[in-house]
Amino acid sequence: MIIATNVTKTFGRLKALDNVSVNCAKGQTIALIGPNGSGKTTLIKSILGMVVPDSGFITFDQHNILHNWNYRMRIGYMPQIGRYPENMSIEQVFTMMKDIRKSTSTLIDEELVTAFGLTELMNKKMRTLSGGTRQKVSASLAFLFNPDVLILDEPTAGLDPVASEILKQKIVQEKEKGKLILITSHVLSELDDIVSEIIYMQESKLMFHKSLVQLQEDTGEIKLAKAIAHIMK
Amino acid sequence: MIIMRTIIKYVVLDLIKNKIILVYTFFLLAMSLGIFSMDENATKGIMSLMNLVLIFIPLVSIIFSTIYVYNSSEFIELLVAQPLKRKTLWLSIYAGLSLSLSLAFMMGVGIPVLLYDGTATGWVLILSGLFQTIIFTGIALLASVYTRDKAKGIGFSILLWFFFTLIYDAIVLLLLFQFSEYPMETPMIALSMLNPVDLSRILILLKLDISALMGYTGAVFKDFFGSGAGVVISAIVLLLWSVLPVWGSLKKFQRKDL
Repeated sequence: MIIATNVTKTFGRLKALDNVSVNCAKGQTIALIGPNGSGKTTLIKSILGMVVPDSGFITFDQHNILHNWNYRMRIGYMPQIGRYPENMSIEQVFTMMKDIRKSTSTLIDEELVTAFGLTELMNKKMRTLSGGTRQKVSASLAFLFNPDVLILDEPTAGLDPVASEILKQKIVQEKEKGKLILITSHVLSELDDIVSEIIYMQESKLMFHKSLVQLQEDTGEIKLAKAIAHIMK
Repeated sequence: MIIMRTIIKYVVLDLIKNKIILVYTFFLLAMSLGIFSMDENATKGIMSLMNLVLIFIPLVSIIFSTIYVYNSSEFIELLVAQPLKRKTLWLSIYAGLSLSLSLAFMMGVGIPVLLYDGTATGWVLILSGLFQTIIFTGIALLASVYTRDKAKGIGFSILLWFFFTLIYDAIVLLLLFQFSEYPMETPMIALSMLNPVDLSRILILLKLDISALMGYTGAVFKDFFGSGAGVVISAIVLLLWSVLPVWGSLKKFQRKDL
């Protein structure tokens, strides 16, 4: 569904992506793992068209995403650090997003909004929100339009255990609908029962892309955290 | 197109909530009413207003727009990940900004001018002011898309404003003295075309019929800018000034990493 071919991106002297090629298929739930600064977020932003690669190309359903924007209506994106217009209220942000995407999606999924208890906070301005509440807004927006692809960058960072569990359940629920889900996280223990594939990045390069089962076989470890630790050694 | 209208709506709503636009409108209104009620002669009023329009309007348009673009970085970041073209987003921001600033100008200067002096001169002044507003909004977009740092971007904008309202004239004067032995009328016309502020000033002054004060150069200017072709060329140049900086900023924005 999403295929990146030899994508390279440099920021000044820093190489953020070095000849990265990945192939993400429908129905997979992929964990994007790697140390800080290994290029995970740059890869995600390239897929979303927020970062323009220096060379290489990315296709979404066989269409090159360069100069294309329609494909983004099928993606729900939760950024690592959600930044929102400071003097808009939560409600205004939601209304605006619905306004912008209204022609593209009919099914609105507000399950997370209610589950996170955002309904009571609708009139609060974005600048007054805590980091965790912002994350809740980001998560709710990512799932709001019932997209085919979910890209979640550190989804549970900053969320309290209850909210974290709600989000995890939601991810599992969407996974069962056969969606493509891409998650980056450093909390490997919580990925165990969600993901089916692992992409491991290090120093801007893609080290491997295999299924969880394969990884468990190769390393002889059952827990993802231990398997990764085994590789990093 | 529908998406563009939606985004323009949000930009304009955000700008109206921003008190600065309101303060700007009332300031302009107070200035124009003050000038017109002080001077018995409406032509003199237009003269005084011209300086306000040609110095103050570019300043406010360029600085305000630059700051606004930096302050909307969150808005831009949020929308770039949504299903819409970057072109739509950027042009909507431009349209929203120039629409709001033009509206403020029309309320603050346009209406008083039409009340006190609804002649062709008044109209030229209003059109010049509108052109200054959108041209300098475009230049602001260009300045802010090329500099990531907010302080640098604002500094750059102030410098550009300084260049167009002051430094450029100094350079032209210098050239004039250096080449005083040569006929400079035609190069002068060309030089004034390169600066939207100068071009507007000449157009207004010629309408005011005080070009006689400018001597032989004034006569040459009148010959050129007073003719139909001159007016058409000036209009085209002003239009180019309104389009080119925005187009340049758009090209850059489409490839910018966010």
